[in-house]
Amino acid sequence: MIKFQPLLRQYWPTVALFAFLLACWQLAVSLGGIREYLLPSPLAVWNALWHGDTAWTQHIWVTTLEIIGAFFLAAGVGVALGVAIAWSPLIANALVPFLVFVNTLPKVAIAPLFLIWMGYGIFPNMLMGALIGFFPVVINTAVGLSQVEADMLDLGRVFNAPKWKIFAKIRIPNALPYILSALKITATAAVVGAIVGEFVASQKGLGYVIVTTQSSMNTSVAFASLIWISVVGLVLYGAVVLVAKLWAPWAEGID
Amino acid sequence: MTKQLIGLDQVGMTYEAASGPVEALAGISLSVGVGEFVSLVGPSGCGKSTLLRIVAGLRPATAGTVTVAGQEVREPIPDIGMVFQAPVLLKWRSILQNVLLPAELAGQQAAAFRPRAEQLLDMAGLRGFGDKLPRELSGGMQQRAALCRALLLDPPLLLMDEPFGALDAMTRDDMALELLRIWGECDVAREARKTVLFVTHSIPEAVFLSDRVVVMSPRPGRIAADLRIDLPRPRTVELRASEAFGRYSLEIFRALTGRTVGAAGTA
Repeated sequence: MIKFQPLLRQYWPTVALFAFLLACWQLAVSLGGIREYLLPSPLAVWNALWHGDTAWTQHIWVTTLEIIGAFFLAAGVGVALGVAIAWSPLIANALVPFLVFVNTLPKVAIAPLFLIWMGYGIFPNMLMGALIGFFPVVINTAVGLSQVEADMLDLGRVFNAPKWKIFAKIRIPNALPYILSALKITATAAVVGAIVGEFVASQKGLGYVIVTTQSSMNTSVAFASLIWISVVGLVLYGAVVLVAKLWAPWAEGID
Repeated sequence: MTKQLIGLDQVGMTYEAASGPVEALAGISLSVGVGEFVSLVGPSGCGKSTLLRIVAGLRPATAGTVTVAGQEVREPIPDIGMVFQAPVLLKWRSILQNVLLPAELAGQQAAAFRPRAEQLLDMAGLRGFGDKLPRELSGGMQQRAALCRALLLDPPLLLMDEPFGALDAMTRDDMALELLRIWGECDVAREARKTVLFVTHSIPEAVFLSDRVVVMSPRPGRIAADLRIDLPRPRTVELRASEAFGRYSLEIFRALTGRTVGAAGTA
């Protein structure tokens, strides 16, 4: 049962400030004569959010799909690479410089290439999100797998435990909080990647909606799309945080 | 003299550091009998922890030979229980699951060891804590759980590396008594007891627990003295105040600081 009293006490200043800013914005637009295409009023944005001609459900669906796909792709590839790096020094030596190079590339600059290679569609945008979000997962997985107390590993050696067993019973659970912590970053990066992908090449999605408003000067729709993007992003981030809490309740103070 | 369990013959250990080779241990010869409780005392960095790991087969000695139960030690030997300065419990596992870990690592059916694990927890005063996570227990309780884990597979040899070093003085004294009780000081025949090799910084702790105290000199670690502690068992709290206890402590102190053993006269 959530107790509302303390929540109210903690957050009423936030809510009050937000309401105040919205009111100022609304007043500035309606009384100050700011043109609608430069800065739409909060009410106009609210209307665009629910009514208007935009097929929001479809766009939200496409972007959400891209973000979730990007997230799981980044998580899967990231963990696999992290495990490979921690498993064998040979793989680590081969892989790490290459991964660092890929990470320093501005991924956004690759987006036009994706268009050439894969054309329009959901998948290239997923890939862009995954490309932006996978690196922290690799690093945190590898670090979490190696940050095991030396005494604990000695314990494993005393009992002649095979390497895979040490991974399964000691190293991987040890790395879990590190991985979950990286996935919080990935959740945000996946949103950025999906939207960037849509900016460059798409026919659907919330990023696509923003691009189209440029030519139509329909600024209130762009604002509405921004709000939907942050809602999708927040829900995904919240889900990751929740899963992290349930899955690794022993992990405190790592992130 | 009881049967020998551990035999060290001219054991030395040199490792490569950035500044060149460092001699950590030199010319260590030591024999530990079955059921004996032997403490290694020495200043920090004298290699006593290294020596423990050499006996376990976790680090190779660079000179000399090590035998345990007549077998030369060349790789980690399975018939030992290890307790470290930190409890080193897996923080995502319950206390009971932590105690069962050696069975799993050794490729045994963990379920078969459950009754024994629960019995050990009872004996260590941890009844009802099996389902708790390590962080829910105090440092002393965690260390007792670590002791249970070391005892799970009933190893004939216990290697303990400053196991009470991180505890406060009162808990530490309690744990010493507890350890002797679990070791079977009162109710187990001497030959049936586990052999214990116990590393410590504390002279009183060494005297209180041991049949023998081996004093090591600073780097390279050598054996400076090997004293038999002829105090009656079971050891009691009152014993700490006895004249003999003080004499042994002084003697070890003198051996540690390199002053000649004079007045004590037992050497």
